[in-house]
Formats: sequence, C-alpha cells, structure tokens
Amino acid sequence: MVVPMRASTEPAPRAVAGAPVVDIKGLSLTYEAADGPVYALSNVDLQIAEGEFVSFIGPSGCGKTTLLRVVADLEQPSGGHIRVNGVSPNEARLRRDYGFIFQAPALYPWRTIRRNVELPLEIFGISKAERRERSARQLELVNLKGFENKFPWQLSGGMQQRASIARALSFDPKLLLMDEPFGALDEIVRDHLNEQLLRLWDKTGKTVLFVTHSIPEAVFLSTKIVVMSPRPGRIIDIIDASSLGRMRDLDIRETPEFLQIAHRVREGLRAGHSYDD
Amino acid sequence: MTTEAAAIPGLKARRASFRPWEGNTLPVLVIVLAIVGLWYAAALAMNWRGTADAFERAGEARSAPEIALATMGQERPMLPAPHQIVFELKKTVIDTPTTSRRSLVYHAWVTLSSTLVGFGLGTALGIVLAVLVVHVKTLERSLMPWVISSQTIPILAIAPIIIVVLGSIGVTGLLPKSIISAYLCFFPITIGMVKGLNSPDPMQRDLMRTYSASQAQTLWRLRLPASLPYLFAGLKVAVAISLVGAIVGELPTGAQAGLGARLLAGSYYGQTIQIWAALFGAAILASLLVATVGLVERLVNRSMGARTA
Repeated sequence: MVVPMRASTEPAPRAVAGAPVVDIKGLSLTYEAADGPVYALSNVDLQIAEGEFVSFIGPSGCGKTTLLRVVADLEQPSGGHIRVNGVSPNEARLRRDYGFIFQAPALYPWRTIRRNVELPLEIFGISKAERRERSARQLELVNLKGFENKFPWQLSGGMQQRASIARALSFDPKLLLMDEPFGALDEIVRDHLNEQLLRLWDKTGKTVLFVTHSIPEAVFLSTKIVVMSPRPGRIIDIIDASSLGRMRDLDIRETPEFLQIAHRVREGLRAGHSYDD
Repeated sequence: MTTEAAAIPGLKARRASFRPWEGNTLPVLVIVLAIVGLWYAAALAMNWRGTADAFERAGEARSAPEIALATMGQERPMLPAPHQIVFELKKTVIDTPTTSRRSLVYHAWVTLSSTLVGFGLGTALGIVLAVLVVHVKTLERSLMPWVISSQTIPILAIAPIIIVVLGSIGVTGLLPKSIISAYLCFFPITIGMVKGLNSPDPMQRDLMRTYSASQAQTLWRLRLPASLPYLFAGLKVAVAISLVGAIVGELPTGAQAGLGARLLAGSYYGQTIQIWAALFGAAILASLLVATVGLVERLVNRSMGARTA
C-alpha cells in the first residue's frame, strides 16, 4: 500500500500547535468484489481538531465504519493522504495513540471485568500494582465499581459496553474511535450511556470519532457531524454543532436549535439519496 | 384381540406407578439389564454346540436344560457368560497381589504408564503442530496433508515397523509403545486446536491489533484461552485412543506385560475368559481416563468463568 505524500506541504509531526489530530485529504478505498470494484470511500477530505467530538452518520455502505477503520489502521486506503496525530495510521497504531470501541463489547469471556479492562495494560507491560490502580479508576469512571470480579456474561449489554469503554480508556489514549458502540442497545440504555459518554468526554478532553446511524444521537453528542452517503462512499456535508455547547442534557433534544441541526442532517442524507432504495 | 385390550390398562397403571422412579437411573438400568440378558442368550447359543459335543465325546447323555446350564460354566467358551468375566476380574484384580504377573492391575499399570507418556507426548506434539499451522500459512498447505495421511495408515501395519526401527537404534521398553500411542493421539488434538486457535471472532482479533500486540501476546491472551474448549474435546478422544495405541504397541513386541500382552497370551492359549477380562479392564481404564479429562475440564471451565448450567 502506498499513500502518496505531499512532502512539501507536510507539517512536521506534532510540531505545529493546533495541528489537526486527524488530517485526511483525497482519501479513497476501493476493493474488488465478485461483481466489479466497490468504491467504499471516494475522495474524502476531513480535518479533526483536538478535543472535538465528531460523529459520522449515513446509511449502511456509506463507508463510515471503513473510514474509522482506516484511521485505526485496520483497513488500508487505496489512495490519498491520511495523518493521525501527525504520523501515518500505522505508526499511530504502533505507538498506541487511540482506543477503539467496537459495535459489540468484544470482552474476552474467560476474563473477569477487571482483567478485561487490564488487558491492554498487560500487553503494554505495565506493572500489576499500576494495572490494579488504573482499572479501578476507569471502572469507577464508567460506574462499574463493585463488578470487578464478575465475568462478562453476568453483566447486561449496556454494562458490558461500559466495561469496553473503560478498557479503551485504561491506557489513556488521546483519541477514541467508536464504531456504533451503542447500536445494539435499547433506546433507554442508549440515552443514558450518551449522557455518560458526554460527561466523560468533557472531563477527559479526548478527541472522539463516533460512528452512528442515529440522527438524535449524532446531534446530541457532537461538536461536528459528518454526513456520508453510499455508492461511492463520500462526505455529503459537515455540520458544525458546537453552538449547542459542550455539556448537554437530554432535554436539549427538544430545543429549536437541536431540531434545526437534526433537520440539516436529514437534508444532507436526503441529498445523498440515502433514503432511496 | 382381547389380550391386548386387557394389557393396555395394566400397562398404563404400571407406568403411573413407576413415576417416582423417573430419572436417569431407570432407563440406564433397563438398558444394562437388556444388554446382559442378550449376552446370556448369545452365550447360550454360541456355546451350545461345543458343550453338547463335549458331553457326547465323554459318552454322557445329558438333557437340554443340563447342557444349557453347562454352557454358562465352560473353561474355554466361545463367548464367556458375564458372570464368568466378573469372577475372572475379581480373581485377577482383587484376589491376586498387584505385584504378581497374574494380576490384571499389574498389567493395567504397565499399559497405563506407556499410555500416559504417549498421551503427554501426543498432546505436546498436537498443540505444537496446531500452533505452527495457525501461525505459518505455508505450513497449513505443506504440513496438514502429512498430518492427515499419517492417520490413514493402519496402525497395525506401522506399529511393528516403529518398534523395529526404534529397537535398532537402541530405544526399547516403554518408549516405543508410547510413541505409537502418541502417533495415534496427536491427531484429534491438532485438528481441534487448529479450529480452536482460529475461533476468536474478527472483533476480538482486531482488538489485539489496535493494541499492536505481538503474535506471542495474541497467542497467550486470546488464541490459547479461546481454544481450550476445542482442546478438551480433542483430549477426551485422544486419551482413549492413546490407550488403544499402547495396547496395539504391545502386540508386535511380544511384550511380556501389559493388557496387550494379556490379550495376546489369551488368544494363544484360547483363554477367552482372560481375553474378555483384559478387554473389560481396558474399557474401565479408558472410562477412568476420559472421566479424569472431563473433571479437569470442569475445573478449568470454572476458573475461566464459564456459565454454570
């Protein structure tokens, strides 16, 4: 895989203050399927600044998960330019710059909740005492104190997903990549987790990339909403939602400002023929 | 038919009265009794001719019930009756000191020791092969066909060759038998472990990738724990076959001791009761081994937080 570099315009890694955490220019990803090439991503441009909460929304096949996985170095782009924290996604992954939260909790069933949260710390070779200390702190942060010695199956789906968030936070990455983390949960649990996530984001100041297919969830959480469309996977609209403020409660969803942004998201989806079948 | 009509209410009544017994014990008991009953019937039928001929040669005229009774007490019956095997087992297991060469416990121990060494070797080989096959893509194509074809060779054909080859380089005694046993038992472990090591779902593997975990870390923390259920399924099969391997290994060597030697000696001298007793000894030993593996499995499962049903 070769990602063409624009050497002359390339900023030195982490040299410039306020440099984007994620910097994407002209990114594309094509793969060969049985019935011809699939354009998963086509000419994607995006800059994400530090501390932003960016949601990616669009119908299935729009490439939102693929884009997140390219940032995470779990997929290789076929062209374009991408920098994560000023380096290639591969280097960013190797120096463990991000925590990834999957659609399912992906907890290891043979480990207790505590040992699941400590898994990345074990891999990074952190001492047992510090692992204990950090896992306790993270489990408290996601309100799972007292469940340390339970096995995953003994917890509800929402609690399992919170444990997986604690696991991603345990090594304190600057960047959180979340791939429809609450998609499998019911709406009541999801609302609750959204509020908790927002509080967590405000407290920790992390940069979050969040893939969802729920418009209210995207508007409620984000400072920036990226609307995407399929065939080829591309960005239709980038909506600034920072005017809603950093700290929000669920009531904000009734305000005209919220509804206006939600409306614009819906317009974007319609313009991208997302509602066509 | 009137008899049938009369039988039905009786049958129903009996069923109802059996309710309190309903559980696992009754069906198991019924099956055991049925097998023993069939066995006695078969013993009667198969030994009849020999018994009748023996009386005839002796010039003694016997009635049919007398012959029938005698079929159950032959010294070298075609098919020994169950109680004859039980008495033989009692004689060779309980009444004989375990140090004696007539003790079945002594022979069972000889076979068990090479079984356990073979099982250990086979398990180690099986796991190592599986780890290699999973990690080195070219080995999956180049090694697996050999692994599979190794099991298509009849062990009875290859066992003497192994014994002779090893004997010529000075390896004798317990080890050649163990190697035959290992040769048979590594296979289900390799097959199970390859599947088990590949069983983690893509998300669980991607997770390790996001931590940029090394292959060794992924092996120890993800692949191996995930493969344990498959390993135990393989081990249960393997432990039983490793006993078969050890017994087969005793046949071509003309071994002086072991269940295989006991079977061989029994067939030389037409001691059918001795053969059957040795077979039962082997079956009991195999059940104990499988049960032990099952027990270890349960302990491991508990420590790994498996759901308790």
